[in-house]
Amino acid sequence: MFYNEVGQFKTSYRADQALFPIRQDLIALGVFLIFLYAVVPFTFNNFWLNTVVIPTLIFGVATIGLNILTGYAGQLSFGTGAFMGVGAYTAFKLTTYFPEINIVILILTSGVTSAAIGLFFGIPSLRIKGLYLAVATLAAQFFLEWVFIQMHWLNNYSESGAIVAPTRTLFGVAITGPSATASARYLVVLSIVVLLTWIAANLVRGRFGRSWRAVRDMDIAAELIGISLFGAKLRAFAVSSFYCGVSGAMLVFFLYGAAEPNVFDINRSFSILFMVIIGGLGSIYGSFLGAAFIWNLPIIIRLIPLALGLRVEPVYTEFLTSMIEGALIISVLIVEPRGFARLWQIAREKLRLWPFPY
Amino acid sequence: MLDILHKIFVGPFIEMSHAPDLLVQVLWEGFVSGTLYALIALGFVLIYKASSVFNFAQGIMVVFSALTLVGLIEMGLPAWLALLMTVGVMYVLAVSVERTILLPLVNQSQSTMIMATIGLSSFLIGFGGFIFGGEPKSMPVALLGIPTGSMQFSVFNGHINIQNLDLAAAVMALVMVTTLGIFFSKTRIGRALRAVADDHQAALSVGITLKQIWVIVWFTAGIVGLTTGIFWGARSDVSFSLQIIALKALPVLILGGFTSIPGVFIGGLIIGIGEQLFEYYWGVQMGGGTQGWVAYMIALLFLWVMPQGLFGEKIIERI
Repeated sequence: MFYNEVGQFKTSYRADQALFPIRQDLIALGVFLIFLYAVVPFTFNNFWLNTVVIPTLIFGVATIGLNILTGYAGQLSFGTGAFMGVGAYTAFKLTTYFPEINIVILILTSGVTSAAIGLFFGIPSLRIKGLYLAVATLAAQFFLEWVFIQMHWLNNYSESGAIVAPTRTLFGVAITGPSATASARYLVVLSIVVLLTWIAANLVRGRFGRSWRAVRDMDIAAELIGISLFGAKLRAFAVSSFYCGVSGAMLVFFLYGAAEPNVFDINRSFSILFMVIIGGLGSIYGSFLGAAFIWNLPIIIRLIPLALGLRVEPVYTEFLTSMIEGALIISVLIVEPRGFARLWQIAREKLRLWPFPY
Repeated sequence: MLDILHKIFVGPFIEMSHAPDLLVQVLWEGFVSGTLYALIALGFVLIYKASSVFNFAQGIMVVFSALTLVGLIEMGLPAWLALLMTVGVMYVLAVSVERTILLPLVNQSQSTMIMATIGLSSFLIGFGGFIFGGEPKSMPVALLGIPTGSMQFSVFNGHINIQNLDLAAAVMALVMVTTLGIFFSKTRIGRALRAVADDHQAALSVGITLKQIWVIVWFTAGIVGLTTGIFWGARSDVSFSLQIIALKALPVLILGGFTSIPGVFIGGLIIGIGEQLFEYYWGVQMGGGTQGWVAYMIALLFLWVMPQGLFGEKIIERI
């Protein structure tokens, strides 16, 4: 009834392939964006912004990055955490060398280094694929982690080995460092995320995206119809690492404020991979659904005993969380192996015919 | 510049020839850790052969079984009973994995199965930690009858030190690999297992019960895990950080091939010895701690030359 595309005629192929072929989608997205920009920063308190909203957005970007590589191009990777780390450390070094350049530009630039390193570790994909390639990305993960710890130049020879985000401003308002308010950081993160998501959505439906999907579905067939396998895979690695890098830089500068190498360890890679799978392989909005679910699940599990007035020892909470998380992930996989994106798609199909399904 | 090249290509070899006893010692250490990697990888191979599932939880199964054993002994049970009960727990685990994960997820894509096993490892970490506590525990070596102490041998005008424990671990690993190799090639269950690995449907149609095979395989992998856990726990501590080390089974598998049992052993030795040599002669100059990634780099280099690994079957692809 509300979600009915009767009367919306497409007269050109271009219109049919548009990002939002159904007008209601565009309106809904517009309303949602207005909500995110105009309502959330003023009504949500710091706790909500810091623990739920900002991390979901930031990890959403990393998830899009891994989704481009794994979901669209079909190359399994366990190196996400390290690529995020490359972005974070680059952004940190750039802020020390170029303090006068705006931090937002530096953060977006730091993705380029990450993309270059991603390209380098993507070269083996020319010859190997599947699990074998996954081991190559594990090499990237562990090697880069080691570099983060061993190369003290990266953290400016700090005593603790941690990198600390300095205070930087945008339009005169502090957006990083201890004096930045949660809503200022939120608005900057949101803008970067919206920009990157828009680019990603267009990339995956264009020529790049088509070649990635062809490679994923059957690489030899893709090669036979004239797609350069190596080019397509390397592009996927570069774009994916760019997104991960920007996400890592945002994580340190807009959320944690400081970070040690273990923020970017293998468990980070696994959790981003979870977000991709639970959200739905090969779906941009699914990436955000997955990120929201995996990130907020432990928070909810911790809040439940509090809400019920039960006291659980903190040691046990950690293990309980891990247990429930594992069980929930397995059950989501059993119920819908194609993730939340698929559930959302089913709901949309139903809604189009509602209330008179045939 | 020349100095760096000297440090990389000349220095370490001079060092090796000057102190051959030290070299033998390093090789021995590498050999022992290599056999333990091979044992972990063996668990992977068993499950991969029978269900094409890449079981990321194998590392956690090692920790979980060791933790159960130590936890039960700490509760005051005699060692033999605790060992028996741990074996029972591993059987229950195998059956529940079959019921709750493998059956509902049969025929799903490989990445889904990998996710499910990572979910399983998260569950086992929580479960094990919740019951037995998260702090590192030490393996009661004496109670389990594992030899301790060390032996000294003189070689090349020097002497090397061999821990009896390491010797026992290496022997145990060898026995395990040989037994399983024979089991797979000579027994009825072994043949059924290989049939399942080759083609699920064909195996089903000649009357092999898939579910039963799955339970057997996961149980065997659990027992292999327990053995690994006992020896590894005796060498260091029983803690969840072992999980990361267990991931080194992956490069071992890459070298040895995903389906070959002897290949796993050789792959384990290459990785174990390679990373010890590198850490001792090159890594220390780079700041140390290179064991974390050398294994993966070795595998990467091998893949570069041989994309199928040392013993993997040549894959011919068709449209």
